[in-house]
Amino acid sequence: MKIVVLVKHVPEPTAVWSFADDQTLDRGALAGRLSELDEYAVEQAVRLVEGGLDAEITYLTVGPPPAKDGLLKALAMGGDKGVHVQDDAIHGSDSLATSLVIAKALEHLGFDLVLAGMASTDAEMSVVPSMVAERLGVNQATFAGALSVDGSTVSITRESDTATVQVSTALPAVVSITDQTDEARYPAFRAIMLAKKKPIETLSLADLGIDPGSVGLAASATRVVDVSPAPARTAGAVVVDDGTGATQLADFLVARGAL
Amino acid sequence: MSEILVLAELTPTGVRKATLELLTLARRLGEPSAIVCGDATDDVVARLGEYGATTVYAVTAPEMEQFLSVPKAEAVATIAQRVSPFAVLVTSGPEGKDVAARVAIRLDSGLVTDAIDVVADGSTVTTTQSVVAGSFHVRCEVVRGIPVITVMPNAVTAEAAPAQPTVEGVEVELSDRARGATVTSRTPKHASARPDLADAAVIVAGGRGVGSEAGLGVVEQLADALGGAVGVTRAVSDLHWAPHDLQIGQTGKTVAPGVYIAAGVSGAIQHRAGMQSSKTIVAVNKDPKAPIFSIADFGVVGDLHTVLPALVDEIDKRRA
Repeated sequence: MKIVVLVKHVPEPTAVWSFADDQTLDRGALAGRLSELDEYAVEQAVRLVEGGLDAEITYLTVGPPPAKDGLLKALAMGGDKGVHVQDDAIHGSDSLATSLVIAKALEHLGFDLVLAGMASTDAEMSVVPSMVAERLGVNQATFAGALSVDGSTVSITRESDTATVQVSTALPAVVSITDQTDEARYPAFRAIMLAKKKPIETLSLADLGIDPGSVGLAASATRVVDVSPAPARTAGAVVVDDGTGATQLADFLVARGAL
Repeated sequence: MSEILVLAELTPTGVRKATLELLTLARRLGEPSAIVCGDATDDVVARLGEYGATTVYAVTAPEMEQFLSVPKAEAVATIAQRVSPFAVLVTSGPEGKDVAARVAIRLDSGLVTDAIDVVADGSTVTTTQSVVAGSFHVRCEVVRGIPVITVMPNAVTAEAAPAQPTVEGVEVELSDRARGATVTSRTPKHASARPDLADAAVIVAGGRGVGSEAGLGVVEQLADALGGAVGVTRAVSDLHWAPHDLQIGQTGKTVAPGVYIAAGVSGAIQHRAGMQSSKTIVAVNKDPKAPIFSIADFGVVGDLHTVLPALVDEIDKRRA
């Protein structure tokens, strides 16, 4: 079986993010990491194989050169190889264009099961896996809090505000994984070193037969008008509880009209 | 007047509050038409009409509930292709995102997710989003196709504006793909006696500092004294001290109550993303260096197991 896990290299969440002149996120200015939510998808893929599934795991990422580090982190957790789609023309792609590139790459690679995180931790849209499934004409089961594979059937558990549902679908399928699944393992030093020996293939748009005019900022179906910093919250009074903390807090809430 | 398609969501008791919010927002842009993928009973139609829907498209195919997301996506896309609306509005959430994603691809249209505002200027639709844990506001225009927009619950206050909707039964031809993911079981969740996190004016949230599942008792006690809702951080949810439904943050709920009391919450950025728009933020934490204090309007460095019960006593005293 071929499992492909979609992974994204994103800016460090604790860094101060800024936007470039073309209103895109200034990724070059920031240290990056494998998106934390993608780690859950990686963990599920590795557990499927550890649990006895006869499958090869490939990690697929789209991004500028540093995105390779995301592949290395995933490979350190387990899996066999990485594929990095890299092309300057992709810069500024919206979700539609991103899903086009990923869909073409998946067609190129071949797959049975595609796993993805529930959202990227930068754009946080949660739409690319569904778009990829739509483009490829394959089944989807998104926001899985639990996952199992039995032959060519995938079963997931999914939560909404009002109910818990069990869903069953047939491969080939795209499944997105929430942070309600198993915690991502922390790779041992040896695994990190071994990851560097696993093969990583780099592909361009030309390799995938994608017209550069169909992706990138100019091809985007949405346009950022402006980005403005939200007013910062400033810290108010902080008191150390000397036995009167609760009284002072009550006074504060009264003053704010909350009591 | 421009037609705005709104995907309505039904609950066991009627129409979801977020749908009424969408209709209110849709009225600012044009004339709302509600799509109901389910049983458009007289009560449902009346409720949608109360909030301004002038048309209700009723899609009764049983596949809507039997299969995950795709039948609804196909229904919305089909109706959009027939009526060419000015915009399509859906509530943010797992199903909303699934639907909006596929509709955007089918219509080859711009998609904006998690909008907190939508305005129209002539033929241009501009959305506002709060991004990067609430540190930036982004305004976006859709420049291709019919704007497909997912809107955050609570972005808009629902306001009634009664209309008399025409009900149109809609037949949608579903693809085989729409039947690809079978819902094999559905277990409803218990409704709580406390307010919903989305609606609560006051939220008391417990973080890892509560120490244990039993430790949440003081958080619940304070919430009840204030008539508020209980929330938790991801740490608490991951430790299974509380159900995931109560989780506030990047992978949980986004809330903006009048008062947010964070007890034993360190204030990691993923949590702040879910509550930093609260009007008043109060923090109680043993650690004076906890990041939560930097966004709190009032902070108490102390043991929440002492401070919270003492606060409940104060509240009782002042009410007596």
